[in-house]
Amino acid sequence: MKFAVISFPGSNCDWDMYYAINDALGEEADMVSSESTDLDQYDGVLIPGGFSYGDYLRSGAIARFAPVMKAVKKLADAGKPVLGVCNGFQILVEAGLLPGSLQNNTSMEFISDWAPLKVVNNRTMFTNGYSKDQVIKVPIAHGEGNYYCDDATLQELKDNDQIVFTYEENPNGSCDNIAGITNRAGNVLGMMPHPERAVESILGGTDGLTLFKSILNQVRS
Amino acid sequence: MYLAKIYVTHKPSILDPQGEAVKNALHRLNYTSIDSISQGKFFEVKLNADSKDAAVKTVESICKDLLVNQNMETYRYEVEEG
Repeated sequence: MKFAVISFPGSNCDWDMYYAINDALGEEADMVSSESTDLDQYDGVLIPGGFSYGDYLRSGAIARFAPVMKAVKKLADAGKPVLGVCNGFQILVEAGLLPGSLQNNTSMEFISDWAPLKVVNNRTMFTNGYSKDQVIKVPIAHGEGNYYCDDATLQELKDNDQIVFTYEENPNGSCDNIAGITNRAGNVLGMMPHPERAVESILGGTDGLTLFKSILNQVRS
Repeated sequence: MYLAKIYVTHKPSILDPQGEAVKNALHRLNYTSIDSISQGKFFEVKLNADSKDAAVKTVESICKDLLVNQNMETYRYEVEEG
């Protein structure tokens, strides 16, 4: 399987994502510039964390207009997997590929820690390797991870099983402890925690690797 | 040439932790009369338009397309000849 890791000016988790795929998962990932306009050769897209365009205006607000985003939308519309982690999640909501917004953490602190997450929905292409309600350990590192959406949207997320991960201990004020959601079709996942930083035991855990293996399971079955 | 002054703030229903933090800091400086603070963004936009109506239309459009996240922010603006 061939993934594109999108590198924006200010991305800083792009190489973590690249090595998670190439070394830990054993699949192929290319580093692709945000100026690129063609992703047709890829089976999936990974939008990494960082501070794209310096988080100017709002996190993800400028990245949304990068040339590559049209190609990302095209790939998402084709039903291929699109994963946005941390700033990648912020970009996906600003681009309208996922509902809601990410606000400042209620504590006003940047939080860097390991977060226990519950796998609320294990029937997605990103979570089929976990068991339902399994609690996994994945790092978080963000200042604006406080997920917000209005009540009607929240109800839709629940009705359509789009809430995939929740925090066991809410670190940032997210509504309904939301840590990660998919789009309605289930092929676009945005999450604040960093699965690519939990792919080897030397990093502190391998729970994140199961997410990438789940994508492979789905594509190969 | 027109000058638009655009003010973007959190919707009242949305928690504004930055405003809260600034208020708490002012309280620590003994400005006890400060009741609440809402922190937002201010844009000064110079633009060419054939009329004030056309300028307003462009300002409305740029607010919706980029300057404002309508999930959590609200906005108002003034447009003057400048």
